[in-house]
Amino acid sequence: MSVVLEGRNITQDYHIGGGLFGASKTVQALKGVSFSVEKGKTLAIVGESGSGKSTLARIIALIDAPSGGDLLIEGQPVNIALKRPDPVLRSKVQMVFQNPYGSLNPRQKIGSVLMEPLVINRPAIAAEERRALAEAMLVRVGLGPEHFNRFPHMFSGGQRQRIAIARALMLNPSLLVLDEPVSALDLSVQAQVLNLLADLQEEFGLTYVFVSHDLSVVRYIADDVMVISQGLAVEQGKREAVFANPTDAYTRQLFAATPVTDVEAIRARVAKRQAAREAAGAPR
Amino acid sequence: MALLKIRNLTVRFATSTGSFTAVDGIDTEVDRGEVLAIVGESGSGKSVSMLAVMGLLPDTATITADEMSYDGHDLLHMTKAERRQLIGREITMIFQEPIASLNPSFTVGFQIEEVLRLNLGMSRRDAHARALELFRQVGIPLPEEKLTSYPHQMSGGQCQRVMIAMAIASKPRLLIADEPTTALDVTIQKQILDLLMDLQEEYGMALILITHDMGVVAETADRVVVQYQGKKMEEADVLSLFEAPKHPYTRALLSALPENATGDRLPTVSDFFGEAVR
Repeated sequence: MSVVLEGRNITQDYHIGGGLFGASKTVQALKGVSFSVEKGKTLAIVGESGSGKSTLARIIALIDAPSGGDLLIEGQPVNIALKRPDPVLRSKVQMVFQNPYGSLNPRQKIGSVLMEPLVINRPAIAAEERRALAEAMLVRVGLGPEHFNRFPHMFSGGQRQRIAIARALMLNPSLLVLDEPVSALDLSVQAQVLNLLADLQEEFGLTYVFVSHDLSVVRYIADDVMVISQGLAVEQGKREAVFANPTDAYTRQLFAATPVTDVEAIRARVAKRQAAREAAGAPR
Repeated sequence: MALLKIRNLTVRFATSTGSFTAVDGIDTEVDRGEVLAIVGESGSGKSVSMLAVMGLLPDTATITADEMSYDGHDLLHMTKAERRQLIGREITMIFQEPIASLNPSFTVGFQIEEVLRLNLGMSRRDAHARALELFRQVGIPLPEEKLTSYPHQMSGGQCQRVMIAMAIASKPRLLIADEPTTALDVTIQKQILDLLMDLQEEYGMALILITHDMGVVAETADRVVVQYQGKKMEEADVLSLFEAPKHPYTRALLSALPENATGDRLPTVSDFFGEAVR
């Protein structure tokens, strides 16, 4: 299996403040993170707010340049601080954002949203063919050609996230960075979008970097899991290994905090509550 | 006798495209000291029905019910003055976005002391002492220092603790929590839920927890109401609901949980709904 994405000791520092008199401060958002993802696999990056997971997602998606470390895409070192990504490289990596309400321009029709990446990166494609490609992609993500001329406000959250995924796939990327793609969605819609992502991965051989704070979603979709906390990867490994036997204290804490819907656990809790009530002599 | 009793509650909103029914004939009861979870997805009317109880809906809403009463008081035909005696004292509420619920221009100490002075008629000095006590009770670190902090200087979890401190200040008998942990990280969510459950037991207050998260329901509720598109789908005690969900929509919700996934694909609601709801 070929490695699509590799990161070696990636760091990111943010410089804050340093006004007229104040001293500037450096925040180390990432303190050296290494990882690699094989073609067709999903790496899930798990962490809480402030852990640096979105910082890492932005670096992988070639939006921000890291302060240090090496990023390799399909074996080629990439440094966007030295050289702007060309259309070929840009086409390889695409991103889907968390908030499907904020990530689509309210004044741009869906058809135009989907065709724009082609206009910029594939200028040789004729207008008619562009439109055909966009309509085909709409159908592929579970919408229809009749949605081509509609505006984002006419769609539900789940449909908008499908549009965002369709837009990301227009350039046939090999790597898709998904930053909390289902956390703004209702449970039943979340299930539909996760199914769609699984289907698309199989069909196009896509590699996913899936950023999430939701461990039950990660357990469902990931092949490899990386848990980050305060800019460090505290746990890395295959999904089964991480979930069966977490070695790091923070990972265990994260698992313990995740609510479970296990019937035996509920039975135990209900019994405990009843016992406490009877002990207190509460009328019930 | 039930503490809160709602029979056939309907809430309609007048919109530019006609009337929209957000809550459609809901019956609910909450007993003293009981934890009731209302679960549903967006648009299920779970928040709107509780906002109707609180009298917090805008004028565009039309509320009708056969009965809506709290401890024998008729909430439907109550004057504003009578309502003020109940809301904020006997019945309090906390909301989803803790940081947005607080006024960014005042310190959190000022805001909680304001609640104590206006709602409970305390003097400035008493209010300050009580605020400190409440901050300790809800587990805010360095309470004295934090009283002089502004909301933006605190984390989301701490802001939610401040909101909880305000809500329990009057020792209410009913606390309505609308998605209290949705905006928080899981480890913080656990702390806040534990705090709410501890306070609930300590004060013996009834707690209505509005949530979309089945995991939260499993870890807190005594009884559960499942709502979908403004209608009640199922009502059961928590154990029976998870053990043997009766309504197809409840089954759909439970099996759409990624942790319950058995095969390669997650079942979706449409897999469960034949003609059941439509």
